[in-house]
Amino acid sequence: MSTTGPHPAISCFHCGLSCAEDAPAIDEKRFCCEGCRTVYRLLQDARLGSYYARDAAPGARPTLTDRSRFAYLDLPETVAALLEYQDERQARVTLSVPGIHCASCVWLLENLYRLDAGIVRSTANLATRHLTILFDHRRITLRGVVELLARIGYEPDIRLAALGQKAGRSPAWKLYARLGVAGFGFANVMLFSLPEYFSAGQISEGGLSTTFRFASLVLAIPVLLYAAQDYFRSAWASLRQRMINLDVPLALGIGMLFARSAFDVLFDVGPGYFDSLTGLVFFLLAGRVFQQKTFAHLSFDRDYRSYFPISCLRRDGACDTTVSIAGLRSGDRIVVRHQELIPADSILVFGEAHIDYSFVTGESVPRQVAAGQRVYAGGRQTGGAIELEVIRPVAQSNLVSLWSSDQFVQARAGARRSIADRIGQYFTFAVLLIAAGTAAAWAMIDPDRLPHAVTSVLVVACPCALALARPFVFGTAVRIWGDQRLFVRAADVVEAMAEVDEIIFDKTGTLTQAQGQRVAYEGEALTDKERELVAAVARQSTHPLSRRVAATAAVGALTPVTHFEEVPGHGISGEVDGHTVRLGTRDWASFGNAMREGREANSDASGQVVHVGFDHRRRGVYVFSAAYREGLDGVLAELRGRYQLAVLTGDTRAEDERLRALFGDEVALRSHQSPHDKLDYVTVRQQAGHQVMMVGDGLNDAGALRAARVGIAVSEDSAAFAPASDGVLEAGALMRLPRFLRMAQRARGVVYLSFVVSLVYNVIGLSFAASGHLSPLVSAILMPVSSVTVVMLATVATRWVARREGLA
Amino acid sequence: MSVVILLLFASVLVAAGFLVAFLWAVRRGQYDDLTTPSVRILFDDTHTHQAAQEPPRPTGES
Repeated sequence: MSTTGPHPAISCFHCGLSCAEDAPAIDEKRFCCEGCRTVYRLLQDARLGSYYARDAAPGARPTLTDRSRFAYLDLPETVAALLEYQDERQARVTLSVPGIHCASCVWLLENLYRLDAGIVRSTANLATRHLTILFDHRRITLRGVVELLARIGYEPDIRLAALGQKAGRSPAWKLYARLGVAGFGFANVMLFSLPEYFSAGQISEGGLSTTFRFASLVLAIPVLLYAAQDYFRSAWASLRQRMINLDVPLALGIGMLFARSAFDVLFDVGPGYFDSLTGLVFFLLAGRVFQQKTFAHLSFDRDYRSYFPISCLRRDGACDTTVSIAGLRSGDRIVVRHQELIPADSILVFGEAHIDYSFVTGESVPRQVAAGQRVYAGGRQTGGAIELEVIRPVAQSNLVSLWSSDQFVQARAGARRSIADRIGQYFTFAVLLIAAGTAAAWAMIDPDRLPHAVTSVLVVACPCALALARPFVFGTAVRIWGDQRLFVRAADVVEAMAEVDEIIFDKTGTLTQAQGQRVAYEGEALTDKERELVAAVARQSTHPLSRRVAATAAVGALTPVTHFEEVPGHGISGEVDGHTVRLGTRDWASFGNAMREGREANSDASGQVVHVGFDHRRRGVYVFSAAYREGLDGVLAELRGRYQLAVLTGDTRAEDERLRALFGDEVALRSHQSPHDKLDYVTVRQQAGHQVMMVGDGLNDAGALRAARVGIAVSEDSAAFAPASDGVLEAGALMRLPRFLRMAQRARGVVYLSFVVSLVYNVIGLSFAASGHLSPLVSAILMPVSSVTVVMLATVATRWVARREGLA
Repeated sequence: MSVVILLLFASVLVAAGFLVAFLWAVRRGQYDDLTTPSVRILFDDTHTHQAAQEPPRPTGES
């Protein structure tokens, strides 16, 4: 059965995308393309049909590309770099598969062995989107495994950067282990301390009391040496750089707690403060665990190697061999095919090159290059295969130099000190001052009690609550933002965002969106009948522009097309209803006699164009111009007064007026910006004392993103593409940017408030300590009470702030 | 009195047992992925095809 006529509600059974009316069908199920249907059939044959039972349309449209793309997976060095383990029978590999997103995916990928007998077992990780496959390498090669995945729509993302650094265990497990040890110590020491509390330090049976004390001492040793070692390391590292961060007074406090308690117990002076010590370390580590909410499926450290292919085709005499691009030398001849990236700066030797430099410059119109001219790494060839001669190896090419430029390294190295560290500095001096004052006072009053009072001061002044406020406030903010589709690398980014005073936007791909371009037709008007014919021809092609033309022009029924032909780099043509219709470049659509024609006013503006020709004559042109993201005007209206704004674009000035209307007159507009220019601009503004936030798409502004105080990459799909940055903002959430910024500032306010609260506790504690009255009981009450109130204040207040901004 | 001390060491021993179990679980990677198992448990059919031999897991220090 097949339905006729337009039926917009049909969506593909496999991937959920909308289908054309003439979509291929099986078992009354419709599919958007042949690829999806093939996957469906494959799964049915392997009796894996329940894939579709869990989630509706769970699949991803498989990419139908040239199989030779995976030829590099036959190279022994690539295989060796990718495999984690290999013996004479089996091999194991962990691949990053961005397509993993639901329970169905996990189910299918863990049943891979039913599709190929060579696969022994596969384990998917939904959080990190990794797939670990154990396979019998005598029955299936690594290339075979990858091809199988690509065939069912889960193409792994194998990048140059991934080679050589195998998926290792995250260092997070160490933190969990430390928390475990601290928790063990804390719980048991508390158990031993309770009798002391309730008997007010007077346990009648002396031997029991001593046993409890020594047991506490023993339990505190692993807490001090293992669980708390990060604080000592950090304090030591900061002292060696002649700086004082918050870990210095913390380490001082922890060390003093232990020394004083050990002394008390060994010389039978008192029970010591082991309960406070272990509790303190436990709460601090809990704060770290809370802060460490990272988005495991995103990578914030990708560099140019993530975008480049792993291998390319080198022409040696008559035959082509696949080589890894790291092995390319100047003078090598390479072949680059349709839609492939140019791996190194080269000179065009042979072929017709239309290079799309949108990756490098942001300009979306492909540039034609003549033989003998230079092409730069990062450009994408559209059209047929071309032959190039490499003039500079990959590592020295123009684009790659962006990541190694001096400016960039300097910008990164500049120390970013957090508020806690700045406060920690004053705090340490204040504590030392009070300790010195206490010592001086007791030296005059009663020298015997001097050591007791001074150590008490150092013990109680330990800025535990101070250190807890920040991780809990910013950790909460990071969690809430993640739900709202802003993923930040670490909690520090929240703090940095609160300090931003200038926002620089990249235009293409950030303010404008790739999909949903505006379409306008210019030239001799087409009748409805003619538009129908244009649509009929355009529908034959899978090129994105053809699809858009088809969608714009479509009216009524389908007319059969004959003699359809697609010429890469030029356009498409077909015969329909007795007319020859051509869509494509100006030359192509005018059937080769374009020279003497008048030009339309706007046809070479920033957008892309598709010319339309009927029967040997060009009729007009479809102009696709970038559409600004929805809700952008509202966002900018909010940001305008509060931040200095700037827009950088690789494009022409054509859009200046529209940008001024959106951004207001104060905005700094810069066009024709190369990636290096963008980096320069950000660096200059930062050196002028501004705290810059760069918002870009992460392609041609990667350097600027990383040089800025905060670099946020806007991405249509955070799972598929997460460039090097401090945070990834899903395009749909761009309109929430002002709210994120305001929440960052409010969250900083909450941190300050928590600091005040914890200082009050410190003053109370200090007054006990300096007067020589700090008993273990006071410390044991004060310490957890201050920690718990600060933690509660931090989380509750941050959630309240988020709710007020409408983010929770 | 001595019975309290006995109890004390027994309780610490039990707690230490749990600590060791926890550390073992962390090192075995059971805390690496907290999302997928919650999904996997819903699959009704069992894996029938198991590897005869387990290759060693990476117990790498990072």
